[in-house]
Amino acid sequence: MQFESFSAFLDMGGYGFYVWLSFGVSTALLLILIVNSVLGHKKVIRNIAVRQQREEKLRQVRNQKKIVSDNVKQPSDTTTSNEASQ
Amino acid sequence: MWKWLHPYANPEVSYHFAGKLLPWLTVLSVLFLSIGIVWALAFAPADYQQGHSFRIFYIHVPAASLSMGIYLGMAIAAFTSMVWQFKLADASAAAMAPVGAIFTAIALITGAAWGKPMWGTWWIWDARLTSELILLFLYLGIIALHSAFEDKNLAGKAAGILTLVGVINLPIIKYSVEWWNTLHQGSTVSKLGKPSMTMDMLWPFLFCFIGFILLVTLIICIRFRSEILARNSIRPWVRTLVLTQTALKENS
Repeated sequence: MQFESFSAFLDMGGYGFYVWLSFGVSTALLLILIVNSVLGHKKVIRNIAVRQQREEKLRQVRNQKKIVSDNVKQPSDTTTSNEASQ
Repeated sequence: MWKWLHPYANPEVSYHFAGKLLPWLTVLSVLFLSIGIVWALAFAPADYQQGHSFRIFYIHVPAASLSMGIYLGMAIAAFTSMVWQFKLADASAAAMAPVGAIFTAIALITGAAWGKPMWGTWWIWDARLTSELILLFLYLGIIALHSAFEDKNLAGKAAGILTLVGVINLPIIKYSVEWWNTLHQGSTVSKLGKPSMTMDMLWPFLFCFIGFILLVTLIICIRFRSEILARNSIRPWVRTLVLTQTALKENS
C-alpha cells in the first residue's frame, strides 16, 4: 500500500483531481458503452419481433380478404375480419 | 490448412460462437480489470518525477493503444469485406467502430487530465495529440456512414473506404513522437525487448492492458451479435431465434 490513510489516497499527492477525473470519466464512458451495447441487442430483437408480428397480421388480413372476395361464408370471430370488410 | 475456419463464415455459427464467449469474457475482464485497477491506484509505486499523477498512465496507455488496435482490426475487416465480398466482416467492422471511438475519447480525456498537471496545459496542437484527435473524427465519420444508408451493404462499402483511407493516420500517430518534436513523452512500454519500467509498475500495467483487451473483445462480441441479427433479420434461423426469445420473455 502506497498511502498511509484514506484521505491521502483520495489526495493522490496533490494530483487527486486529475487522477480521479481520469478514472471517473473512463468508467462513465465505458459504462455508457456497455449499457448501450446490451440495450442495443435487446432493441434489435424487439424490432425483429415487432416486424414479424406485423407481417403475421398482414398475412391474416390478406387471407381474410381472399376468402371474402371468393364469396365464401366465413365465421367472423377475429378482429381482422373487421378490417377486411372495409 | 485453414478449412476449419469455413463454418465461421456462416452468420448463424458466428452468432452462437460469439454468444458462447460472452460469459468467459465477462468473468475474465472483470477479474483482470479489478486486480489491475486496484494495483495501479493503491499499490504501484509513485513515479519519481511525476508522483501520483503517473497513475493515469494505467488507463491512458491501454486506451490509446487499443484505439489504434481496434482501428487496425476494423481496417482488416473492411479490406476483407471489400476484396472477398465477405459480408460478416462488415458486421464486425460496424461493431468495432463505436468501441474504438470510446477508447479514443478516453485516451484524449485522460491525456488532457495528465497534461494539465505535467505540462501545464490541457491541450496543445502537437503531432501526437492532433493525430489522435483526427482518429476520433475518423471513427465518428465511420459510425455516421454505417448508419447513413438503409442498405447495410452499401453502408459497409462507404464506411470501408473511409476506414481504409484513414489507415494512413495510424503510423502518423505511432511515430509522431519520433518524427516531430512534441511535448508528448516517448514510449515507455513497447520499446522492443526491454521496456524501460520497473517490474512493480509493469505488472499492474499488464493486468490493466489485458483486462481492457478482454473488455473490448466482450463489447465487440455483444455488438457483433446485434449486427448479425439486424443484417439477417429475414433469415429463418433469426426468425425462430427471435420467436423463442420473445416467448421466453413473456413466460418469465
